[in-house]
Amino acid sequence: MVSYWNSYVFISLFLVLGLLLPIGALMILGPLLRPKNPTEAKLTTYESGVEPFGEAHVQYNVRYYLFALMFVVFDVEIMFLYPWAVSFESLGVFGLVEMFIFLGLLVIGLVYAWKKKVLEWK
Amino acid sequence: MEMFTWLDKPMSGMTFLNMALGAVIVLGFILGVVTYTIYFERKVIGWMQWRIGPNRVGPLGLFQTIADVLKLLIKEDIVPAKADRTMFLIAPIIAFFPSFMVLAVIPFSATHIFTAASNVGVIYYIALSALTIIGVVLGGWASNNKYALIGGMRSAAQMISYEVPLAMSLLAVVLMSGSMNLVEIVEAQKNFPYVWYIVPQFFGFIIFIISATAELNRTPFDLPEAESELVAGYFTEYSGFRFAFYMLAEYVYVFAMSALATTMYFGGWEGPFLPGWLWFAIKVSAFIFFFFWVRATMPRIRTDQLLSFSWKVLIPLALLNLVATAVVMTLV
Repeated sequence: MVSYWNSYVFISLFLVLGLLLPIGALMILGPLLRPKNPTEAKLTTYESGVEPFGEAHVQYNVRYYLFALMFVVFDVEIMFLYPWAVSFESLGVFGLVEMFIFLGLLVIGLVYAWKKKVLEWK
Repeated sequence: MEMFTWLDKPMSGMTFLNMALGAVIVLGFILGVVTYTIYFERKVIGWMQWRIGPNRVGPLGLFQTIADVLKLLIKEDIVPAKADRTMFLIAPIIAFFPSFMVLAVIPFSATHIFTAASNVGVIYYIALSALTIIGVVLGGWASNNKYALIGGMRSAAQMISYEVPLAMSLLAVVLMSGSMNLVEIVEAQKNFPYVWYIVPQFFGFIIFIISATAELNRTPFDLPEAESELVAGYFTEYSGFRFAFYMLAEYVYVFAMSALATTMYFGGWEGPFLPGWLWFAIKVSAFIFFFFWVRATMPRIRTDQLLSFSWKVLIPLALLNLVATAVVMTLV
């Protein structure tokens, strides 16, 4: 049997290594090896060779945020369903019916978004 | 092997050292895997297009990727004057570290020497892999470049849209095995009747593999990096080793996603005659090959079809698959 805490110590080690590798390579090893010779032309924003105009920090197409909102709803739903799936055996028919009600409510939401044409791309 | 039975031992300095060694070995292993995955991809796609592929650096071109990485390491690290400097610098790190962290729960072999065997393995994978989206969209925004912004936005929209059917199809597997622990899911596929979850969860697997391709931003879902319209997508402004970390994250995910598919649907390390780790390697390689094969075969999907395909086709089908699985489980 694998110890509960040992698993998380191991995962934390992955976190530390996953951060150390890029930080070490980019901030410690990198500056020793790479040249640093910024010129004004080099630092301009790339726009296919044309003089860049305007900023890219603009208010962008709102459609993306609608998808983000939908995602939050459905992702949270899935997070609720995972514990249900694990204990499905012990819940029996009661668990099944309860899940139907829960999913039913979400399907109504999806159908609503569908009818409102949130899912279309123009 | 004896050295790595640390997971069930009480915590001590020695156990901790063994764990650290295990994590470092996984890191070295994954860097090697990525190096040769890239070589393999270039060779396979070369052959499929009637070309030879890389063959100059080293025998059969085997050192090509190493040469590429060394080249990137000595390239200048350019931060555009208009970019949001801090965000621009940390975005590749945010994109990379979750890709390595997800490997902590992947069971590589029966002795699970390098596996955290966490009881929330599946959720852990989904939650961690979602963090990469932040790195991607942050990099696209911080570049202050129009191509990068559009690429980053597209990536985010695509990755969140396809994460929902991905998680839902995995949910049906969790339902069948009654566990989120990836080690236990593999062990559940060993029991009589000896079937991998690909058999009862065939439709779930189809949904999973389509969503996985989209999550990995691979053709036919490679819109975020559509070269012909967006230059390089969200990493247009990145050069040198920061660019390399975005690419590294992408290829680590190719491996991780193949490993997840193997674990959830193809019985992980289970298989006759050969040792477990070899079965695992064979199955994962087959998945990696599949992703490259699709890339060489399929044309790119259109943006307006991309998101509605996920929400209107895959998510309803995944829900249906989940409900059907639950009903069958109750009846049988």
